[in-house]
Amino acid sequence: MFDFQYAIEIFPTILSALRITISATIVGFILAFVLGLVLAMLSRTKVKTIATITNGVIKFIRNTPLLVQLYFIFYVFPSFGLTLSPFVAGVLGLGIHYSTYLSEVFRSGIDAVPVGQWEVGKALNFTQKQTWTRIILPQAVPPIVPVIGNYFITMFKETPLLSAITLVEILQQAKILGANSFSYVEPITIVGILFFVLSYPASLLIKQLENKLNKKYQV
Amino acid sequence: MSTLEILGSLLKEGLLVTVSLTFFSAILALVLGFGSGLARMSKSKIIWFIAGTYVELFRGTSLLVQLFFIYFVLPMFGLRMSAMVAAVLAIGLNFGAYTSEVVRSAVQAIDVGQREASVALNMTRQQMMRRIIIPQAFIRMIPNLGNQLIELFKSTSLVSLITLTDLTYQANVLNGSTLETTKIYTLLLLIYFVLAWPLTKGMNVLERKLTEGRF
Repeated sequence: MFDFQYAIEIFPTILSALRITISATIVGFILAFVLGLVLAMLSRTKVKTIATITNGVIKFIRNTPLLVQLYFIFYVFPSFGLTLSPFVAGVLGLGIHYSTYLSEVFRSGIDAVPVGQWEVGKALNFTQKQTWTRIILPQAVPPIVPVIGNYFITMFKETPLLSAITLVEILQQAKILGANSFSYVEPITIVGILFFVLSYPASLLIKQLENKLNKKYQV
Repeated sequence: MSTLEILGSLLKEGLLVTVSLTFFSAILALVLGFGSGLARMSKSKIIWFIAGTYVELFRGTSLLVQLFFIYFVLPMFGLRMSAMVAAVLAIGLNFGAYTSEVVRSAVQAIDVGQREASVALNMTRQQMMRRIIIPQAFIRMIPNLGNQLIELFKSTSLVSLITLTDLTYQANVLNGSTLETTKIYTLLLLIYFVLAWPLTKGMNVLERKLTEGRF
């Protein structure tokens, strides 16, 4: 049933693909973080049209599947002259998709900063940019760190979708091994274990951080 | 192929699978979520442990890996099932684990005074849960359950990877035979949006209706 000898044999091959999985997660997350912050700020501008368009884009992306967005980026963009490698297309899809989720998180963090803090910025004659970077964001971001951390783990667990656009991450590697040996039991079980072993301790860590922050901010 | 023909083909071949898959796996997820969510508050250590293991295991790994495991690995142990059953099982089990946390946190958020009141009224534990706690907790769950439903609906697109003919699979088939890539995937995105958007709106309306004058 489960051939341990074979499992040990293929383990290094799967592990080597983990590099791709992890780098896709990290690059995708950085993109989602930056883009999410930009979207959150754009959706709060006083210029009505920009805010409306931003909210519309967020809604559209949040209400369509990541897998289809990946296909769109990978298969449709080339007809407009933008041919991307599976890795770049995957990271772009992952980053854009989750930026809409992170923008909601940032928005909630920003909304939680008391109105008086904006007035302080004005009273001290800060520019708009100074108010954001020196007063609002330093207060808005720390309390939402656990939620952001959870999205990082979620993104890590979504990376197997990139196998659909031919990126050889751990699941795709497992499928290749399975197709060669006609046994999917060992490779797919190993992938499952790898995901669990990495994401479960991470989620415990975030829970701990959350408890610490809750005490600090007395939420 | 004209845009209309593509739209027709996508809807004719794929819509039924996507919608019924969403329906059945949502029911399974709800049942599993309630069962395991309540089980995690059980005093029995064994029940608590089983429910906890289920939740952490399915939250800790990817849905796609679970789907492949159920569809490709279980048959090797003699558990053979159709792609549709495997898909409902995988999505239901996965979202059941997330729903479990929604149920648990909502039940735990109910004011302790409500429990004391039920004790004062001499209710059994079962009566307390059924008449006092669950009805109040359920209203608190609605917004989260709504979000879960949208996520579940979107995740049904993954079943195309185990060759189940849903909207996404049909789009891939069309793409292979017609090469109208831009039209096909643009339409596919629009179809998903048109289906998900009323779902989001509907849940918002339901939430407002149920919470009117409560909080």
